[in-house]
Amino acid sequence: MMQEAVAFTPGGARSMIAQYLWLIPALPIIASGVIAVLRQSRRKLAAGLAITSLSVSLLLSFIAFVRVVGHWAGGSVAREIFNVTWFSVGSAPVDLGWVLDPLAAIMLLMVSFVGLLIFIYSVGYMAHDENFTRFFCFLSLFAGAMLGVVISNSILLLFMCWELVGLTSYLLIGFWYQKPSAAAAAKKAFITTRVGDIFFFLGIVWLFSQTGTLLFYNYGVGSLEGLNLANLLTARGGLGLSAAGAIGLLIFAGAVGKSGQLPLHVWLPDAMEGPTPVSALIHAATMVAAGVFLIARVYPLMSIGAGAAGTTSALTVVTWVGSATAVFAALIAVAQNDIKRILAYSTVSQLGYMMAGLGLGGVAVGMFHLITHAFFKALLFLGAGSVIHGCHEEQDIRRMGGLRADMPLTFATYGVGMLALCGFPIVFSGFWSKDAILEAAQHWSLSKVPFYLLVFGAVLTAFYMTRQVSYVFFGYWRGRGTAHESPRVMTMPLAVLAFFAIALGAIGTPGWPWFRAFLENQPATAAFYVLIEPEFLALLGTSTLIVALGIGLGLWLYGNKSPKPETPDILEQSAPWLWIPLRDKLYVDEFYRVTFIAFYAWWARVADWFDRRIWGGIVSAVALIFGLWAKLNRALDMYWVDGSFDKTCEELSNGGGLLARVQSGLVQNYLRILAAAVVALAAILLWSSRP
Amino acid sequence: MTALTSPLTGYLLVAALLFAIGLAGALVRRNAIMVLIGIELMLNAANLNFIAFWRYGPHPEALTGMMFAIFSIAVAAAEAAVGLGLVIAIYRHTNTTELDKINRMKG
Amino acid sequence: MNVVFYLLAALTIAGGLAAMLLKHLIHAALAVTVAFAGLALLFLQLDAQFAGFAQILVYIGAVAILIVFAILLTHGAELPRGGVFSGTWFVGLAIAAGVFAVLGWAVLQSVHALPQQTAAPAVTVHDIGNALVGSYVLPLEIVALLLTAATIGAVIVAMHEKAGQK
Repeated sequence: MMQEAVAFTPGGARSMIAQYLWLIPALPIIASGVIAVLRQSRRKLAAGLAITSLSVSLLLSFIAFVRVVGHWAGGSVAREIFNVTWFSVGSAPVDLGWVLDPLAAIMLLMVSFVGLLIFIYSVGYMAHDENFTRFFCFLSLFAGAMLGVVISNSILLLFMCWELVGLTSYLLIGFWYQKPSAAAAAKKAFITTRVGDIFFFLGIVWLFSQTGTLLFYNYGVGSLEGLNLANLLTARGGLGLSAAGAIGLLIFAGAVGKSGQLPLHVWLPDAMEGPTPVSALIHAATMVAAGVFLIARVYPLMSIGAGAAGTTSALTVVTWVGSATAVFAALIAVAQNDIKRILAYSTVSQLGYMMAGLGLGGVAVGMFHLITHAFFKALLFLGAGSVIHGCHEEQDIRRMGGLRADMPLTFATYGVGMLALCGFPIVFSGFWSKDAILEAAQHWSLSKVPFYLLVFGAVLTAFYMTRQVSYVFFGYWRGRGTAHESPRVMTMPLAVLAFFAIALGAIGTPGWPWFRAFLENQPATAAFYVLIEPEFLALLGTSTLIVALGIGLGLWLYGNKSPKPETPDILEQSAPWLWIPLRDKLYVDEFYRVTFIAFYAWWARVADWFDRRIWGGIVSAVALIFGLWAKLNRALDMYWVDGSFDKTCEELSNGGGLLARVQSGLVQNYLRILAAAVVALAAILLWSSRP
Repeated sequence: MTALTSPLTGYLLVAALLFAIGLAGALVRRNAIMVLIGIELMLNAANLNFIAFWRYGPHPEALTGMMFAIFSIAVAAAEAAVGLGLVIAIYRHTNTTELDKINRMKG
Repeated sequence: MNVVFYLLAALTIAGGLAAMLLKHLIHAALAVTVAFAGLALLFLQLDAQFAGFAQILVYIGAVAILIVFAILLTHGAELPRGGVFSGTWFVGLAIAAGVFAVLGWAVLQSVHALPQQTAAPAVTVHDIGNALVGSYVLPLEIVALLLTAATIGAVIVAMHEKAGQK
């Protein structure tokens, strides 16, 4: 079902929580600032500050959520905004602001809750690391930035927090920066997301220039409201799109980078170089979800002007990209051997599902999967962290095995997460969220191909997760030493997440679609009869078939076998032509290296040559000219000026010398001169007095 | 050669010649005493001029020429004395009377 | 013009020439004495008896002797090695010739303007004496001073200096 742009009626007094909503991201950021100046030895204080600030943020988020639910249940307006003008560029104001509506409330709650659990988990996981305080500083900063993204009403503020999230992601991926692979992975993540962010920023600029405002909601004059939205639809955006569609695609490009969609997914698997809590928080639950959240936030922009097919070009692109990513990543995940890398590709794949859900079914469909995925993926990552910790930092699944007995709690919770991810029917939340997406895909009017792709992806998901669980938990132990269970501080969060991985399913069933109703500002009516409609039962059957196929295939191939680490995988033996490309990530990184990176290196060399030879040459030439000029001046001064001056003095001296010769001291000469002068004088006088 | 219409002319010419000879000697001879002798000759030639003009000029009873010549003789004598005394003194200092060698006043 | 005049003129000129040309200084001194004598005789012929006898007394009797004394005191009898005439004697000669030329030309040009008096002046020594203490008393006294000063000066200049001073 397509969601139309819903206009919330303005009015009503702002509640206290809406006014103080900014505290929710500010507190963790302030905590991060304080932790940054603490000494390395103040571990307890650092962890305490971080956890306390996020707990307070969680409390405030809960209050905000309750408030929004209260508004929604009362049928009144569920969106409260608070805007402030930062400065003005001429007559155009640059505004910041935050908004409290169902979408923001849900995300606030999820981010702060999952974040808090992971903070607590990190206390145990990073206990042996010497950079404990730095870790919590960055974690806190990340939490603050992510919460800022969620509540932002101004696209500029959203972008600023978006960039901050990217920065903290870089800092956390490269946390163990002494490892060259970690430093490289951090750089890769930053640069790849930057490519997406460039398009995002172009979209922001276009939106600002087209609508004249940066705010999403501003009592009817925001960029996603009323007249502005209509103008965006009518304005041309090139390539046959409306301005709304073009801007939507540009913003989607930013989401592609941040959420690891094809083709900018390459950074996410490498990001597993960071500590496991980082992978759980950032690359499973929250940061990567920011891209999905962004599309949900600007959904009115992307969905306006729905054509005859009931969808817009922008959303079509989103759907295709999401579906392709889902299958692509799932295929690669089948052939990986690192426990975290499998989960990383799984995340990419599930993000593809979320994007497809947004494109096919609307905000509610995509967001529901986001929420459920956050919980069970965080659970899976933390469980993987627990496994790694228990196996003495071993990450290769071929060197694990039989951990069902050694780590029972971890196994139990991991199993819950795995089944949720596979979409095991009824009990687990993943089933309901994935089902909603599949249902939307089935009813998509443009094409049925996404549906088949998503189904295939679901089969693969079940398959590779079963493979992973078989390798890790079933069979017998193949590693070094003995495995042990993790401490309570690590297993407690696992249990909590497992509970939610099951319980959250309840809010999204077609029988009582509370989640969708909440987000769309409709009353939630219980309609349990839907659950026994034939349509629903058909879909239920399909899903069950998918899961059974995937799990069954996995168990059959891998089950309790536990092959030795040196022997190649069964599939590898039977179909190496398929296995090896999948294991090598379908050569996307290599492709990038020989094209973009090679071009860029060539360009850098050209620029360097240019700089060195041409500009350097010009500078040298100018310096040479000046040097020559100086030499010329010196020569002129020395030879011409000095020379002429010296020559004059010399001549004067010589002249004096010549004249001095008259003073010979010889009396007779004087007499001669005298006589000669007299003769001359006499001659003149006589001559002149001639008659 | 013009005819000597007046005896004065002859005396004047003689005086001129004697003067020229005295000057030539003063300018050419190396010895200081010879220079002084030349100067004496020049003075004598001037005296002759004066006496000649007194004899053949108007108002010889005014004795102007004669007086001049007499005073000239007196002064010449004094000058010769002082001059020769100087030459002797210089000879004592530099042991020579050659004018070429006496150039302490060289500028 | 008298023959006497010519003779006396020739004698004087010859004496002067000889005085200037002779190498030996004593000979030159004696030659100039002859010139002085010739001049004295010319003065006598010009009816300037007093001047003539004064010439003999002073010049021949004092100046010539003085010159001889000076020659003797400066060992002028020895002939110098480098010759008696200076290296650039022709310059001096030329200048002297120039002087003679100018003077001669002046004399000859103004022949017609020269006075023609031929009567011998009636001048006695008495008149000369009167003139000396009459209208010429100032020059007389000054000349007396001059002679005194010259005498003292000559003595001082030619005096042997104290031992120790160069």
